[in-house]
Amino acid sequence: MPDLLLELFSEEIPARMQAGAARDLERLVVGALTDRGYLFEGIKAFAGPRRLTLAISGLPAKQNDVREELKGPKTDAPQAALDGFLKKTGLTKDQLKVEKTPKGDVYIAVIERAGRETPHVLAEIIPEVMAKLPWPKSMRWKPGLAVRWVRPLHSILATFDGELVPFSFAGISTGLHTRGHRFLSEGTIEAKRFDDYAQKLKAGHVMLEAEERSAIIFEGVKQAAFVHGLEMIPDEGLLAEVSGLAEWPVVYVGTIQDEFMDVPAEILQTSMRTHQKYFSLRDPKTGKMANRFALVANMIAKDGGKEIVAGNERVLRARLSDAKFFWDEDRKHSLESRVDKLKGIIFHAKLGTQFERVQRIEKLAGEIAAKIGADVEKAKRAAKLAKADLTTGVVGEFPELQGVMGRYYALHDNEDASVADAARDHYKPVGPSDAVPTNTVAVAVALADKLDALAGFFAAGEKPTGSGDPFALRRAALGVIRILLENKISLSLSDFANRADRPFLESHAGALGAHGGKDLLPFFADRLKVALKEKGIRHDLIDAVFSLGNEDDLVRLVARVEALQAFLKTDDGTNLVAGYKRAANILKAEEKKDGKTFIGEVTEKLLSEASEKALFAALAKAKAAIAAALEKEDFAAAMQQMAALRGPVDAFFEGVKVNADDKQVRENRLNLLASLRATLHQVADFSRIEG
Amino acid sequence: MAESVAKARTFQDLILTLQNYWAAQGCLILQPYDDQMGAGTFHPATTLRALGPRPWNAAFVQPSRRPSDGRYGENPNRLQHYYQYQVILKPAPENVQELYLGSIRAIGLDPDLHDIRFVEDDWESPTLGAAGLGWEVWCDGMEITQFTYFQQVGGFDCDPVCAEITYGLERLAMYVQDVEFVYDLKFNDQFRYGEVFHQNEQEFSAYNFERADTEILFQHFKDAEKQCRELLTGKKLALPAYDQCIKASHAFNLLDARGVISVTERAAYIGRVRALAQACCEAWLETPMGEYKPRFADKDAG
Repeated sequence: MPDLLLELFSEEIPARMQAGAARDLERLVVGALTDRGYLFEGIKAFAGPRRLTLAISGLPAKQNDVREELKGPKTDAPQAALDGFLKKTGLTKDQLKVEKTPKGDVYIAVIERAGRETPHVLAEIIPEVMAKLPWPKSMRWKPGLAVRWVRPLHSILATFDGELVPFSFAGISTGLHTRGHRFLSEGTIEAKRFDDYAQKLKAGHVMLEAEERSAIIFEGVKQAAFVHGLEMIPDEGLLAEVSGLAEWPVVYVGTIQDEFMDVPAEILQTSMRTHQKYFSLRDPKTGKMANRFALVANMIAKDGGKEIVAGNERVLRARLSDAKFFWDEDRKHSLESRVDKLKGIIFHAKLGTQFERVQRIEKLAGEIAAKIGADVEKAKRAAKLAKADLTTGVVGEFPELQGVMGRYYALHDNEDASVADAARDHYKPVGPSDAVPTNTVAVAVALADKLDALAGFFAAGEKPTGSGDPFALRRAALGVIRILLENKISLSLSDFANRADRPFLESHAGALGAHGGKDLLPFFADRLKVALKEKGIRHDLIDAVFSLGNEDDLVRLVARVEALQAFLKTDDGTNLVAGYKRAANILKAEEKKDGKTFIGEVTEKLLSEASEKALFAALAKAKAAIAAALEKEDFAAAMQQMAALRGPVDAFFEGVKVNADDKQVRENRLNLLASLRATLHQVADFSRIEG
Repeated sequence: MAESVAKARTFQDLILTLQNYWAAQGCLILQPYDDQMGAGTFHPATTLRALGPRPWNAAFVQPSRRPSDGRYGENPNRLQHYYQYQVILKPAPENVQELYLGSIRAIGLDPDLHDIRFVEDDWESPTLGAAGLGWEVWCDGMEITQFTYFQQVGGFDCDPVCAEITYGLERLAMYVQDVEFVYDLKFNDQFRYGEVFHQNEQEFSAYNFERADTEILFQHFKDAEKQCRELLTGKKLALPAYDQCIKASHAFNLLDARGVISVTERAAYIGRVRALAQACCEAWLETPMGEYKPRFADKDAG
């Protein structure tokens, strides 16, 4: 079956938009073809610096014929109904069929549409798709035409089954020609079928596939590094970007001048990456950054790349001179002397300056440090200095180096190593794959930093919504949770959330009427569920324990939930839950009937049946034992005590009629069930357990 | 297409080559505008002529003043006064990229030996209310030109769209002459760039950062704003009004360099200059040379 080849040739398409444009082109064309009843065998879209290409294989030469029967009015319906139907179908009365139905005779219109020739359909579809293609940013360029494209469009190559598909877009008529590489190819290329097209483009130094360009670059950099006894520092984002900047990528290696090699590697790497799009290389043995870089050109130069490498090295020298200048200048002023400058940096309009924020974090970090056994003075010192690098030249130039630079400058100022590490690590974890800080000073500052942000933004009414979380508060809460759990740090979350909230209650933000601290706990509970879900921990069990309201130490909470989950998997656990549910349901019904709540005060002498006496005795024993086990944080023992209740509970329901005729006996038995409920609720709110 | 020639040996050779090249493409060769401005885009030959339907092809050198870029003559490539070479082509010719590459060949950069690329860089001037799409052109990793298709100036749609090509002359010359320190550039065979401009950079850096009288500058800003508004009431004088807009903009740049404008005030000042620029553009479009008739008023709305 025939194939479609479409190429939209333009001036340079921004690298970041190429992949999306190829996807959108494919999606829109597939949609338009499907709407018109087409099936095809294969489709592939390609994007590069100057062209979008679409190849569809096995597309029928003709649209399917369509036969449609439309049911009309009954033959005895008023004339107006018939007229309406004729108008709608465009037929005359004698063209209609009459069909017998149980409700009487009905007019039927048979509409047959012959399938159109595919080239005609394509000539209609493609310009529509082009007009709809959603570029992130597009422009007008043709005088007098409102039509938009990402950059000026120059030619459209469109063939079906080797023949031109005639249409025009933006005043450009389709043709059979395109162009190869801007500098490595001359004249135009004629192509009618995809294979021929791809081959000729390759000869014209254009690699159609982004994946191929990216693989060539990856291998090229690896090889070039290997020649120098080095390896590339992997960088997926950069690889994708440079793949969109060359039709014919060629890797060259340049040298970084020695005078820059004592500048921190992070600065060199960031400068090379953001400004110049170079790959950094490292020594595989030491892991240290090497004095070479790999660049990706779009050119096979006649001199083997001598000028290109020399030019790039010169540009890099200028760039690194700037970076080195900042690095040298920054170290002339201590971090401590910079803290005052934070008064000039607004953190958030409602939450004041960075300076005010640092003062809050310093206090809170000290309190957290005291609680978790970290050095209080060092934690306060680290918190005080942690944001000072925001005023440095390097961080001004490369904001992504905040923290990293703080550590370097702190070390340069002869601050304690743990203080310097905290300056860097208090931002951690910055993402799900990032490690949490482990040194206690950094942990204290990291927790204080995140709790302050959470309390502050909640107080300012800037809570995350379903669609947006501009201040990354979910990440901050998850960070707190991970730091506590992974370091097994016990502390009362509500206590410290309230402490973080205190300055805002007193300040302008608090006066807005929000109460951050109180709202934070449910927010943490939600994040905790998300975090633990990945570990296979049931969210209903977290709810069941969290909702007791007496457990906000996440380490204990998770240990209790894990023990509970293990217990519920056992036979005893399953049956006990069933027993609990039965008791709870009875209580719910009877409490409603009586209009009062049973609190579990059992009168022993009213117990008559053996099984209710046994349950009473078992509960008395279990209640105290569970409390003692929880006190000792021995959750396994608490579960064992619960397990021991299963037998007496089952026996009770088998042998005892709760709703006894005697009013006192009935209430006493209901109290016995209430006692069971209260005993189990020491561990978790069983009513929240699902299933 | 121009033949590959020997590299422009001196700074003035570079300028002369570009002048000849663009003259040969049919451009008017204009002279710098006689007001202090931050970029060639402020030249009325760009800002105002980019608007309206009349064709316009012009090229010129424009001294550009960026007071806060002053480094007392000590930075290898940052200057508070430097030269831009501006080409403005309306409507943008179909082969404008090729025309541009011709100019690169003309100054002696052979694309067969270098890696020349068009890297996304959209341009926006908040003070002019102007925006366009385009690229920075890289030669071996160095930005040598800003290439923009204007979409809007002064808040008005450009129709036809024009192409603006801006060469940073010192940077380009440093590349061509293989020089790392701007003051080492050969201006001609007798003079180095430093002999012409080093003292200038020292003195103006001191003026920009230390000596400029901020009270006078605030007054300049107010006066220029007032005069601009007055010239746009009654019988409008678009061109003299626009001069006042340029002056206000430069006064703001100096005040900014003196560090007397806070972050919040900054946005407000930029807004005031933009309002002037927009009013000037509006007035310009009512003049015979502007003769603007919006064609996309309906289609492009929103």
